[in-house]
Amino acid sequence: MPIPKGLWLLHCEKNMSQAILTIENYAKTFHLHERNKQIPSASHVNLTVHPGRLTALVGPTGAGKSSVLKGVYRTYLPSSGRIAFRTKSGNIVDLAQASEHQVLDLRKQEIGFVTQFLHCLPRKSAIDVVAEPLFARGVDTSEARARAEKLLAQLAVPSHLWNVPPSTFSGGEKQRVNLARGLIAQPRLLLLDEPTASLDPVTTERVVAHIQALKETGIGMLAIFHHPDLVKRLADDVVELSPPKAAIETLKELA
Amino acid sequence: MSNKILEVRGLSRIHGGGCPLCIQSTGPDCDTNICRHCGSVVAAHDVSFDLYRGEILGIIGESGSGKSSTVKMLYFDDVPSSGEATFFDAEEQHKLFSLNAAQQRSMRNKRFGMVYQNPHLGLNFQISAGGNIAERLLMSDMKHYGEIRRRAGDLLARTEVSRERMDKNPKTFSGGMQQRVQIAKALATQPPLLFLDEVTTGLDLSVQAAILDLILEIQHELGTAMIVVTHDLGVIRLLAGRTLVMKHGRVIESGLTDQILEDPQHAYTQRLVASAL
Repeated sequence: MPIPKGLWLLHCEKNMSQAILTIENYAKTFHLHERNKQIPSASHVNLTVHPGRLTALVGPTGAGKSSVLKGVYRTYLPSSGRIAFRTKSGNIVDLAQASEHQVLDLRKQEIGFVTQFLHCLPRKSAIDVVAEPLFARGVDTSEARARAEKLLAQLAVPSHLWNVPPSTFSGGEKQRVNLARGLIAQPRLLLLDEPTASLDPVTTERVVAHIQALKETGIGMLAIFHHPDLVKRLADDVVELSPPKAAIETLKELA
Repeated sequence: MSNKILEVRGLSRIHGGGCPLCIQSTGPDCDTNICRHCGSVVAAHDVSFDLYRGEILGIIGESGSGKSSTVKMLYFDDVPSSGEATFFDAEEQHKLFSLNAAQQRSMRNKRFGMVYQNPHLGLNFQISAGGNIAERLLMSDMKHYGEIRRRAGDLLARTEVSRERMDKNPKTFSGGMQQRVQIAKALATQPPLLFLDEVTTGLDLSVQAAILDLILEIQHELGTAMIVVTHDLGVIRLLAGRTLVMKHGRVIESGLTDQILEDPQHAYTQRLVASAL
């Protein structure tokens, strides 16, 4: 914990009413029909994310860190728990129960996700890949592209690559395009899954600076970082996850 | 005001006489859509979903799952055995299966568009590409020759069929180009609702890719709501925000497309996704 426990609690209380995301007792278990097996991937997860602050998820592999992010984004259907999101209009939506259309709408307007890998249309130029979330919101094409260019420049993606589809890019370049795409629409809640995993130290610094700047604009973030050092530098709150008991047994069984 | 454009409830289609045991003896649990008591085929049973404006809904499943049957009924190519569908058009609501034949024809011509896997179903091969589009414009009450010709040319240009080929018969076109003419024809009346039935199946990969790009561009530009029927997970991933999974005439699960692909709930979908990766 970067802040002593007592202080941290005090801080939480002060900010409790403004939390943008409150997760209570989230659990995710996969039921594999073919093997007739239950695979638990996260359990008893409790956390909050506040505007302008970054909550980092830490813990060993298999602790369910990504599973929490995917549950919030509803790429996974949560098995149990409550994922309370405070919308721009001040309503509380339980993302675990929200309708599909409600989730799609929030993804478009309020919740962004930077995954570890870039998934995009194979034939779109890097600029259009980055600008896409703005297109989806109905931002004018030339304005969206201009903002995409600015962001790609900030993240040091060489300008001769901007009009090329990212499929041929290096891992680090792809990662930056991915990041730019997640950041461009300035969502109110940003989910980050190892956003600096394949970046060199110089680029990592640029990304760190960018995340800090975003925090100052009031965006709340829930993030997983590869390096403990980044947790120390960027996290305001740290939540430690441990692998679900049953998962440990399953892993032993498999080994 | 609701964003809903289409509401489908309990849509069913049984081919054959049918018997009281048809439903309980077919479906995913029985691993068949043929009733062993009377030999009827339950092509679709109790299909329900909502479609919102500008949204792309995917329906995925193997042959015989009922995905095409569902769309054919909505486009009046086939008549349901039971069920309802309501089309919300601006201020009006239409119960699709209560419309008379003339009203259904008008709905098909003016408010819906359909692109079939087989271009022979969607195009008239006796007349030119431009003529195909003109036909649809004429049916939607456009009468001015010059206006029709200009609009047909624009639509073909939009779907990247060169204007020079406007007066050629689509018989002489490649498969990918025939699909483009079908799309141009479907879009001629700027329908708010478009049905796409296996539109890229059987095309070369590069041609498939270009058609999928075109579909996304159209959705982006015109905000057309679409139902995309396919057996191809890649097409669903690329196009659809939400997806229904069908098997043996039943919807076995539905959800956000990324959730269906990464966290499928039904045994069949889990197998389907695992086989594709």
